[in-house]
Amino acid sequence: MSKVNAILQGTLNWVDERFPLTTLWKEHLAEYYAPKNFNFWYFFGSLAMLVLVIQIVTGILLTMHFKPDASLNASGVPVAFASVEYIMRDVPWGWLIRYMHSTGASAFFLVVYLHMFRGMLYGSYRKPRELIWIFGMIIFLALMAEAFFGYLLPWGQMSFWGAQVIVNLFSAIPLIGPDLSLWLRGDYVVGDATLNRFFAFHVVAVPMVLLGLVAAHIIALHEVGSNNPDGVEIKKKKDANGIPLDGIPFHPYYTVKDIVGVIVFLMVFSIIVFFMPEFGGYFLEYNNFFPADPLVTPPHIAPVWYFTPYYSILRAVNFSVFGLEAKFLGVMAMGASTLIIALLPWLDRSPVKSIRYRGPLYKGFLAAFVISFFILGYLGMLGPTPMRTIVAQICSVIYFAFFLLMPIYSSLDKCQPEPDRVTSK
Amino acid sequence: MKKFLTAILFAPVLAFAAGATLHLDSAPDKANDMAALQNGAKIFVNYCLNCHSASYMRYNRLKDIGLTDAQIKDNLLFTAEKVGEPMKIAMQRADAKVWFGVAPPDLTIIARARASEFGSGADWLYTYLRTFYRDEQRPTGWNNVVFENVGMPHVLWELQGEQVMGPDHKLKLVKPGKLKPQEFDAAVGDLVGFLKYMGEPVAEFRKQLGVIVLIFLAVFFVFAYALKREYWKDVH
Repeated sequence: MSKVNAILQGTLNWVDERFPLTTLWKEHLAEYYAPKNFNFWYFFGSLAMLVLVIQIVTGILLTMHFKPDASLNASGVPVAFASVEYIMRDVPWGWLIRYMHSTGASAFFLVVYLHMFRGMLYGSYRKPRELIWIFGMIIFLALMAEAFFGYLLPWGQMSFWGAQVIVNLFSAIPLIGPDLSLWLRGDYVVGDATLNRFFAFHVVAVPMVLLGLVAAHIIALHEVGSNNPDGVEIKKKKDANGIPLDGIPFHPYYTVKDIVGVIVFLMVFSIIVFFMPEFGGYFLEYNNFFPADPLVTPPHIAPVWYFTPYYSILRAVNFSVFGLEAKFLGVMAMGASTLIIALLPWLDRSPVKSIRYRGPLYKGFLAAFVISFFILGYLGMLGPTPMRTIVAQICSVIYFAFFLLMPIYSSLDKCQPEPDRVTSK
Repeated sequence: MKKFLTAILFAPVLAFAAGATLHLDSAPDKANDMAALQNGAKIFVNYCLNCHSASYMRYNRLKDIGLTDAQIKDNLLFTAEKVGEPMKIAMQRADAKVWFGVAPPDLTIIARARASEFGSGADWLYTYLRTFYRDEQRPTGWNNVVFENVGMPHVLWELQGEQVMGPDHKLKLVKPGKLKPQEFDAAVGDLVGFLKYMGEPVAEFRKQLGVIVLIFLAVFFVFAYALKREYWKDVH
């Protein structure tokens, strides 16, 4: 046995002299000291990585059988649409791979939204973690692009008309708009050219960007260290060896803890994949089981649930200002609603980071923000009526007020003093 | 003709646009009733698979519902040579467009596509196939309650007989068909059961496998949680 150990140690030394394997292992796992008081909200970072892996692995397998081809086969069905059904029926375990990928898309957004909300609860975006937050925001934008490109590929009715609506939004930009949307589409309508380029973006371009950004996100995190539910810096109190008093090595403590979180997540994920893969039309929209038909516009074109809050904000702007048309302003509002989240590190002037020690003003604004986000998301799934538009306008104002008024209310708030060390609640 | 085409194309759109009131009868659940699914397959092949294809479905997949290759070949294989081929049809789509105003859609996953907030796709089909009525205004002589101004004639009229729409907006059977009303409902139930099966042949196996996966994860959870507790004993 000791001979085996000696060989293994020798191999490791050989590698370490050429590549910092042991150093990387220590820096990022065995000697990465994370605060010991992580709670429920801290599962979603590692779960986002898990879902990313699920999406990449299932995505590669799907690519082996999917055909990005909008032409009609002998039965009058678009080849792309038929190839998805081929995967569902004739490819061994293809149905499982496809449902994991389609459920994974929704799971990704769910997990990332909860991960971002954790950051807002405990002020994880505050100094010195601004860059982690910025990288995270770019990941979020890349993820939205990835989901949008991917949604066209099954070439169903919602795929087609959703892409048509979103690409047309670019035509609202003054002067260059119409040419820009034509350039993005590669055709005058969403067609084979669009399908092929979206396929290229979905399987090559955006995933590469995503992987790079995830690496940057984690490297930046491990440079400054993790925040925690108390929002206090554990690096301020260290023992004689320079190890934070409230820190524990990520491995094994958080690896074994995250495995528990992974199993609970996989149970929820499996319930959806195996028992309700369409999730009542929210994860796989019913209308998308009709092949794309450029001649039949669906009565109601709704994006998938994770885009609906921003879609609501887009539709809420139904008036023109200073001669700028409503569509353009709506597009700008929608863009602003996603980009403004990136400014949180500079909008927040509170003396404390964590919600635990913040005053009633911040808590009230955060609650109003969350409620209006849900209402916007719900309204985005429904067709517009005058009443719903008014509600969407009110919620959009609350959405932006949460961010734009933050410098004022966060500095006025009556906060409680932060503890010196982390607490175990 | 053009107006007629437009009307057909937009008929479902208008129905849904106006349709907060679409009432659907709930289809019987035939997922595990092999005799019913086989009967449904027979009705499908005889009545539907002349104008409609089911081009993602292979004949030999019908072994799922308890048939053998020989039975499929002898009783169901009308539109293909080999039992491994998909259920395609000979009718040209261009011709079909001229004849019906719109090419009859492929029916493989129609039971999934027709789902809506009003009910499952099976409910929609079960109601649709039973609510054709006589309408002399229509080129085919037929209209439908859930799919207004539909291009398809009442293919099952021999079985159901003829219904008319009364002034009270209720359907009345004026000329009985070969089957009694309950028998017809049962036959349509079998057909819809088959369409639902065909929409996702793996559905029953998927649920069975799901139970096994969840049991595995539950056992895994016990060990993982025990491991976590063991490690975390010394963290205060």
